[in-house]
Parts: sequence; C-alpha cells; structure tokens
Amino acid sequence: MNVRLYVWQRATAAVMAPLVMVHIAVIFYATRHGMSAADILGRTRGSIAWAAFYGLFVLAVSIHASIGVRNVLSEWTPLNERRVDACAVFFGLVLAVLGLRAVAAVVLP
Amino acid sequence: MTTELAVSLWRGAEHGRYETYRVPLRSSQTVLDVVTFVQRHIDPTLSYRFACRVGVCGSCAMTVNGKPRWTCRTHIAKVAGNGKLEIGPLENLPVIKDLTTDMQPFFEKWQRAKGAFTPTQTRHDAIAQIKPDTPARKAADEAIECINCGVCYAACDTVRWNGDYLGPAALTRAWTLVNDERDGGNIARLQAIAGAGGCHACHSHQSCQELCPQALNPTAAIAALKRRTAAAYLKGEIKI
Amino acid sequence: MIERTLKHRDSALWIAAMVHRVSGLALAIFLPLHFLTLGLAIQGEARLERFLRWSDQPLVKAAEIALIFLFTVHLLGGLRILVIENLEWRDGQKQLATLAAALSALVAFAFLVRVF
Repeated sequence: MNVRLYVWQRATAAVMAPLVMVHIAVIFYATRHGMSAADILGRTRGSIAWAAFYGLFVLAVSIHASIGVRNVLSEWTPLNERRVDACAVFFGLVLAVLGLRAVAAVVLP
Repeated sequence: MTTELAVSLWRGAEHGRYETYRVPLRSSQTVLDVVTFVQRHIDPTLSYRFACRVGVCGSCAMTVNGKPRWTCRTHIAKVAGNGKLEIGPLENLPVIKDLTTDMQPFFEKWQRAKGAFTPTQTRHDAIAQIKPDTPARKAADEAIECINCGVCYAACDTVRWNGDYLGPAALTRAWTLVNDERDGGNIARLQAIAGAGGCHACHSHQSCQELCPQALNPTAAIAALKRRTAAAYLKGEIKI
Repeated sequence: MIERTLKHRDSALWIAAMVHRVSGLALAIFLPLHFLTLGLAIQGEARLERFLRWSDQPLVKAAEIALIFLFTVHLLGGLRILVIENLEWRDGQKQLATLAAALSALVAFAFLVRVF
C-alpha cells in the first residue's frame, strides 16, 4: 500500500458508501414486491439513471476491490510485489468488464 | 492457596522450546521478579533483559501469556490466574537467546521513517519560542513520550504480515516531528512514510494503542499522518 | 505456537478489522458470480427469470442472507476506518464496533424475515 493506492481506495470507498445503502434498499424493495425478471428489467431497461448509478458503482468497486485484494495477497501470501500487482490489475479488469457487461445487460433497451 | 507457580519460559532462539520452572509464589510479585528468580536460583544460563525495574526504561518488555508487556509492571496476580504463566521473547523481532530479542530492525525502521530531528537553526540563532498550547505542539507532546520499548511493534499484526511496514513507534515519532515547527525535514519525512511500508499500511487494529505502557496512541498519530501525506501527494509535494 | 500468538487478538477492534477483511474477500469472490448472473439478461428476460426462480430455494436464500450480512458489515467496517482516518479521535470505539456488528445482523435478519 502506498499513498496513491490509499487515496484511490478511500475515495472509492467514500463514493460507494451511499451507493451501497441505496443498493441494499433496492434489494429489500425487490424482494418485498416479489419482483420477477420482467418487473426488474421493465424498470431498468432504457433508464439513464440506473445506468449511471450502477455504472459508477461498477467502476468504483473494480478499483476498490482490486486494491483491497492486493493488500490481502501482499500480506497473507508469499507472492512477490510484481505478481501481487498483476493479480490485482487482472482482478480489477475482470470486475470492470463483467460488471459493465451486466449493467449493459439490464439497461440496454 | 498455592505457594508455587509453574512458569514456562522460552529457551533457545528462533527454534527452541518452552521449559517449565517452579518458583515460590510471593505477594506483590512481578513477572520480572519471577524471571529473575529462575535465573538466580534455578538456571543461570537464562538470558533476559532489564534495567530500571520500576517501569521507566522499557527494557524488560516480553510476551506474557500471549501479550507483549513490561514485565516489571505486570503483577503475577493479574496474569497467572490459574497458577500458569508463559513468557516468551517479544514477537516480530529476531530472537538472540531465550527472552532477549535483537532490537536493531526496530531502530532501523525508526531511521527509515526519518524519525530524527532536522535542525534549521544554529547555536548562534535566538532560541525558538515554542508555545506549549498550539494545536501542533499539543499533538507532538501527546505522542512524544515513547521510550522505544517495542511493545507496540511486537503487538502489531501489520508488522507481522508486512516486512516493509515501519511500525507504530517509528511512525508516531515521525508524527511528533511533523508537528515540530523547528524541524526542516518534513517533505523528506512525508515522502519516506508515503511508500510501500509507510503509514498507509496500517489497518487500525489498534493493538498498539491498547497495549502501549505509556498510554500513547499510535493509531491516531498514524491516521493523522495518512491525512498529511494524502494532502501532500494531492498537492504534488511528494511523489510515489 | 499459533495458540500463543493469537491470545491478544481478543479486542473488539481487532475482530472488527478481521471481519472487515474477511467480508471483503467473500464479497470479492461473490462479485464476479453476481455480475455473470445479471449478465444472463443478455440472453433475454426468460433466462434471467429462470435464474431468479432457481434462487428461490432455501439454501440460496440462506446464502443471500449471509451476503447481506457481509455487505452491511463491510460497509460499517469501512465507515469505522473512514471515521478514524478523517475525524477527531473518539472514545467508545469498541462499543461502536460491537453495535455495528449487531446492526448488520439486524439488517440480515430483516432480510431473512422477508424471504422466508
């Protein structure tokens, strides 16, 4: 961990705090109303607001989780610095790609 | 009421074993008293460190029933509830022999954190007038009473897991100097603690703060350093 | 050796930090799976619906309850860090940490009540 990674990790954490709370609320709402796939997609398809919300969430979590995983790998495994960096970058890219794909899947009309 | 205590002491170096000794139980006995008794009356080959024996020097720090503490300030009654006591050398440091550790890495990290004062004046200049109640001086004073006993360093899991981590004591000293208006080395200091083993490695486990015998708060000092280095980085004063 | 070295890790704050780390790891493992299932919508609404029906079974719901707990506890643990690092030092942190765990359990329990 260094000051650059620290700033990115804490900044994305701060950005996500309210997003997480909204997401929990969304989960509760969806389960209470027993929403089906049709119900959910009916709300998300073509919605710029949901696209922006979850798009931001995906980008933030890709950065945040990859730095977090990097710390764990660095402290709890014998992998060297370069390997740890590579794993973290790879993981971040996996999250970003799969995440943005998922957002597109529910948002594109 | 038992009149004897079974105490296990670490014998050897990195590799070794705990050996048990039976010592007489006395009132107001400290852990240091017990270790001293073993060395003087049972096994003179036992190696251990102490100096003042009254809680002002920090030399007698050891791991007592899993926690690093000053043995001269630890009463047997408080730790050997069931008549059992296990004493080992401080953790996270190389073991020289038995209960003594090599403090060199601890002091090297102190230097690496730029925990030394960088003067800006000479004896020919007027003495600096430092007000004791400015926020900076108060912050420095709250963190300055460290006597390098190593308890925080031994307690810290981030030190255990991250070989580069400078540790709570070195960073706390850096914090006191960051707050010293006479010191001229702060850019270099912030740079030194902003890298791989710097203040950002701290996870706020707070073992340091809970166990410091001087009641210092390295967690708070390190949190403040995180803010300072982040601000300096964002302003371009330090680089990665 | 291990038993000796784990003894002083009984502080509420150390446990809070460890729960924060473990929950983060669990969420990191879960997240790609979560994204993949949502991506099923690409194959059409019926595909996603089949998955949602599959996830109605008790074992999956139990896993979801655990995830809600991990998600909430990770958020609260993160807030703990942001507060320590950006606000004035406060006392009573151990009590707050315990409260945070209780709150997370409450949220997870509320979810349990909803789905069962």
